[in-house]
Amino acid sequence: MHPAGAGGQQPPDLEALIAEWRAGVEQQRAVDDADADELEGHLRDQMADLGSAGLAPDEAFLIAVKRMGSVDALSTEFAREHADRLWKRLAPGPSAGGQPSARRDFWTMIGFACAAALAVKVPEAFGLDLFDDGRFYARNVGLFALVPLAGFFAWRRGLPAARAIRMLVPPFAAAAVVVNAYPFEDGSDTEALAALHLPIALWLLVGVAYAGGDWRSDHKRMDYVRFTGEWFIYYVLIALGGGVLAGFTAGAFDVIGIDADDFVSSWVVACGALGAVVVASWLVEAKQSVVENMAPVLTKLFTPLFAAMLLAFLGAMVWTGRGIDFDRDVLIFFNLLLALVLGLHLYAVSARDHRAPHDVSDRLQFVLVASALVADALVLVAMVDRISDFGLTPNRVAALGENVVLLVNLAWSARLLLGFWRGRVTFASVERWQTAYTPVYLIWATVVVGVFPPLFGFA
Amino acid sequence: MPKDLVAASATPLVLGILSEGESYGYAILKRVNQLSGGELEWTDGMLYPLLHRLERLGYAEASWKVPAGSRTRRRKYYRITESGRQALAEQRRQWTVITGALRDLWHEASPAPSPALVGS
Repeated sequence: MHPAGAGGQQPPDLEALIAEWRAGVEQQRAVDDADADELEGHLRDQMADLGSAGLAPDEAFLIAVKRMGSVDALSTEFAREHADRLWKRLAPGPSAGGQPSARRDFWTMIGFACAAALAVKVPEAFGLDLFDDGRFYARNVGLFALVPLAGFFAWRRGLPAARAIRMLVPPFAAAAVVVNAYPFEDGSDTEALAALHLPIALWLLVGVAYAGGDWRSDHKRMDYVRFTGEWFIYYVLIALGGGVLAGFTAGAFDVIGIDADDFVSSWVVACGALGAVVVASWLVEAKQSVVENMAPVLTKLFTPLFAAMLLAFLGAMVWTGRGIDFDRDVLIFFNLLLALVLGLHLYAVSARDHRAPHDVSDRLQFVLVASALVADALVLVAMVDRISDFGLTPNRVAALGENVVLLVNLAWSARLLLGFWRGRVTFASVERWQTAYTPVYLIWATVVVGVFPPLFGFA
Repeated sequence: MPKDLVAASATPLVLGILSEGESYGYAILKRVNQLSGGELEWTDGMLYPLLHRLERLGYAEASWKVPAGSRTRRRKYYRITESGRQALAEQRRQWTVITGALRDLWHEASPAPSPALVGS
């Protein structure tokens, strides 16, 4: 690719000078490799002409470089003509980079995505209808999507087959047995809870494959947290596109008098939603080093806004003296709020350089977490008074348990953030607390899926 | 020579040189120098974004070739296209209008404007 020297007439240090100049030009994002070839060719032609006019090679080099113009000005001119090059390009697809490994990755991803998309259709062959047997699909959707994803990561990380089988097959098999063998009552709460918590548990298990089996490592866990945030964003984007596709499919067939609604929901939406789980994961992996992570950017944007919202809420409560109007949804609402605050905290942590000194955004983190804790404490106090009126249903126990899981995490995070603010602890310990806590989510989700149904008589 | 004048004349000059035959960056620049008697001083690097623009507009086609001779280095050669020739003809018409108008004006006017005229 690179032009060869002009027959080795020039001394080696001149070649080094030319290479250095070329490197400076290539660093400009608007100048690509072929342009650098063209410019270097020009430089060498100019030098050859100046040389034959009697100039010493190093003088010829200096004059040729000067005539070429400053690299900055050159870069500006190139940027004006090639503005598109200033946008980092991610060209996913079989030809990405033209490297055989990227091609193999792509086709393997397609294979696992198809496996996920078809997994949801297999039960139909055994007479289970997507709509009439919705309960079956709700319980198993996590398995359909995440078994192929775990397989994809096991393959991608080069996990030896024996190790992958030993680590991943028992928990996934156990999950499949539990959700399908338990004699759930029709429309029972425990079944809905199991369906809701199984994907969470399995997602954390996929982390084992993501980490290449090295799930004890703090770094790998934090990587999985980062991956999860990016995956979520990509999945939402793909889902938006999928929604448009589904709408147009139905609309187009409607025009010619064919009712495609059933086809769209049972094939396009169902298969697309599951296949996209793998596709989004692959996209996150492929663009990891190309594009800035989005989740921390969104976190930075929304942390002050949520902190302000929570402070306003607390202020309004104190100012008006209103109590909490407690009904069954309040706890769930506050669980979601705590989860969101935890997410904001987590992604701020994930993007922070833990060696950087304490700054104003860390204080903001503390304000956010502390105000969420106060708000949640008020809700819990209001609830304790009345818990006997309500009785312990599976839903309430699950909501309460989740609240405790989140509350403990945030309370200790607030303590650590305060310590960091005062310079008593390092930021690394804030980060380590989050990575160390991840198994708690797995344990809790597993308890809800595996222990709750027998505990509450499958009601 | 003012910058905008150099910039405005660059496209017709390059298209005109290319209409003489296929050429590459350094040779085009040497031809510009020769035509202007060294008066038109281009910053060498700026020629390339211009050539790329002509390529994008479809006025020129480019191809990498290894020139015959001792060199092993490949060069990017530019060749004018049919729409490039049309653009050149249009540019030529416009420039003829401008240069013609200026020439007529300077033929009628006195050799140099007097200070009194400038002041009014």
